[in-house]
Amino acid sequence: MSGFWLSDEQEAIREGVARVCADFDDEYWRETDETGRFPEAFVAAMAEGGWLGVAMPESVGGAGLGLTEASIVMQTVAESGAGFSGASAIHLNIFGPMPIVKFGTEAQKSVSLPRIISGEDKMCFAVTEPNSGLDTSSLETRAVRTNEGYRINGRKIWTTSAQRANKILIIARTTPKEEARKPTDGLSLFFADFDRSRIDAKPIPKMGRKAVECNTLFIDDLLVPHDALIGEEGQGFKYLLQGLNPERVLFAVESVGLGRAALRKAAQYAKERVVFGRPIGQNQGIQHPLAKAWAELEAANLLAFKAAALHDAGRDCGAEANAAKYLGAEAGFNACEASVLAHGGMGYAKEYDVERYFREAMIARIAPVSREMILNFIAERVLGLPKSY
Amino acid sequence: MKVLVPVKRVIDYNVKVRVKPDQTGVDLANVKMSMNPFDEIGTEEAVRLKEKGVATEVVVVSIGPAQAQETLRTALAMGADRGILIQTDADLEPLAVAKLLKAVIAEEQPGVVVMGKQAIDGDNNAVGQMLAALLDWPQATFASKIEISGQTASVTREVDGGLQTLSVALPAVITADLRLNEPRYASLPNIMKAKKKPIDIKSTGDYGVDVANRLTVVKVTEPPKRQGGAKVADVAELVSKLKNEAGVI
Ligand SMILES: Cc1cc2nc3c(=O)[nH]c(=O)nc-3n(C[C@H](O)[C@H](O)[C@H](O)COP(=O)(O)OP(=O)(O)OC[C@H]3O[C@@H](n4cnc5c(N)ncnc54)[C@H](O)[C@@H]3O)c2cc1C
Ligand SMILES: Cc1cc2nc3c(=O)[nH]c(=O)nc-3n(C[C@H](O)[C@H](O)[C@H](O)COP(=O)(O)OP(=O)(O)OC[C@H]3O[C@@H](n4cnc5c(N)ncnc54)[C@H](O)[C@@H]3O)c2cc1C
Repeated sequence: MSGFWLSDEQEAIREGVARVCADFDDEYWRETDETGRFPEAFVAAMAEGGWLGVAMPESVGGAGLGLTEASIVMQTVAESGAGFSGASAIHLNIFGPMPIVKFGTEAQKSVSLPRIISGEDKMCFAVTEPNSGLDTSSLETRAVRTNEGYRINGRKIWTTSAQRANKILIIARTTPKEEARKPTDGLSLFFADFDRSRIDAKPIPKMGRKAVECNTLFIDDLLVPHDALIGEEGQGFKYLLQGLNPERVLFAVESVGLGRAALRKAAQYAKERVVFGRPIGQNQGIQHPLAKAWAELEAANLLAFKAAALHDAGRDCGAEANAAKYLGAEAGFNACEASVLAHGGMGYAKEYDVERYFREAMIARIAPVSREMILNFIAERVLGLPKSY
Repeated sequence: MKVLVPVKRVIDYNVKVRVKPDQTGVDLANVKMSMNPFDEIGTEEAVRLKEKGVATEVVVVSIGPAQAQETLRTALAMGADRGILIQTDADLEPLAVAKLLKAVIAEEQPGVVVMGKQAIDGDNNAVGQMLAALLDWPQATFASKIEISGQTASVTREVDGGLQTLSVALPAVITADLRLNEPRYASLPNIMKAKKKPIDIKSTGDYGVDVANRLTVVKVTEPPKRQGGAKVADVAELVSKLKNEAGVI
């Protein structure tokens, strides 16, 4: 969508994904949410259709398409009713490996990327730490270079899919902050085996998206080979930044997709539910919150696809990607809230699915970057106000 | 053996069709269009024949507007090898379509034509039969199973009251019914490959056949709205209603 609507090819992509998703109905997602079982069959179907490689280079078996197409894929997944239970189950395959694509050696690319596209390798991405949070340059995990490789020690938190992963993309300090030229120097990125004898992953009981776990990682003398290092030592933060904008756009469109799924349910319910002698959807008190939610979703979506178009054209998209993630998350949340409320008591019942969407909608408001940090960024970089953090 | 599959771009089966206010036809502006579902089944069958080693090439043909290229791309993404678009903005009648297909077949020399039993827009259910007649080929319509060995096809047909199995000599025209197969989803790698497959663009004039319409549409109207049902208290009331209101007994 580099114009205001999908091209025919993009429409074919949307339809292809929608058809895969159609095999996984509300019941399926309700059950994954209740049991916490990872949606393996869904991920296998997406891998089988080649969808995990949408944004990976053709040279390694991907489709070589852009962030725009990746966004269409992920939005379609969320919008199908899979929500973040479905989107987060494959999100990391889609853009997680970008640092390897952009900064990895030929050997790293040809060995790891095809296995991620096929779904054989399952990766997790470990950035956030308990003691540094959003202040990434203050992270404490250390990687020390030795003759055999790098020895990594530290803690990570919220690492998604660490129970299932056999690979980890991890950022750690190779030069102590006080010795580095800048606080953001001296961080390095590694792509390594998830060695369970060295990493203890403890799931975090959480509000929603039970089927896709998050973990605290205790990393104790994890030894990774020298060639696990992505790009140059000490440049990891820069590499990380490259992947942040795409990830924000994906969160934005996923959240819009989730909001659309909620609205679809609410509109249907409001047409059918009769109290006071008429469908509740005939009351403006029901109509207006849903109509407003639709307007907000579509506005956020436009900015998200603009950010994607800028990214695909090789232009700077930082402000747009951040603003889209903010707007998309808020619009998705508002749509889910309005949908729960329109269902009355049934909005609180699992059977109607909107309560699950509502819980999942919170994810995009918090991760991968908070609303406050986005506004800090826009205030500083777009409005030219003094840096506040 | 080459398989030829005609595919038509039609109003998507999910779209609620609306009649134009002037009653000249249905409203196609801003309406989602897709491949005729029966043609998807035909394409799927042809691709399966190729996968089984029975067919060597699958050629898809569409007669329609420039956008019908996308319909052909969909078929190419399912596994067809190349496409032919006979581009026209006219809404051709079944006979004209059959004549054009006959001309394409003269050039392509396929061993079998597998096509949808009907298009879901006009629901004419005519092109396959007309084409077979024009070619003087055997036809097997409403196929729910096709098996090809050597120069004959064994085709199971869905007929009123059961199944009928025909044996037809090839080349023949076979039209697909709903239960012939379940069409595959296009995978992303195949969508990408389809972009590189060739589509020949032709015009109706290239074939030197008379495509003039012979029918005049007088008026298009919506079907009457279905009346809600009513509950009756007992058999006596039912009989009375059938007699006095419905007038059927
Ligand atoms: C479901 C889920 C999945 C996740 N998956 C992953 C993953 O796979 N990998 C990974 O590395 N991380 C993951 N995360 C972590 C996520 O990226 C972080 O939670 C997020 O970046 C916020 O960091 P924090 O939790 O440490 O919050 P903190 O940094 O502790 O911030 C707490 C609050 O303070 C506010 N705040 C902090 N500093 C400022 C400031 N200067 N000005 C104004 N407000 C401020 C923040 O906006 C926030 O509201 C996940 C989180 C969730 C919820
Ligand atoms: C956790 C929980 C515990 C509960 N416990 C009890 C209990 O112990 N005992 C009990 O009897 N009930 C209980 N309830 C039921 C609760 O009181 C009802 O859910 C609530 O009264 C709404 O009724 P409803 O669900 O039928 O919604 P509906 O009446 O179907 O309303 C659906 C939506 O339509 C809106 N609406 C309806 N009419 C209009 C109108 N004219 N104009 C504008 N908007 C309109 C409503 O505001 C609502 O948003 C409980 C509900 C929950 C969620």
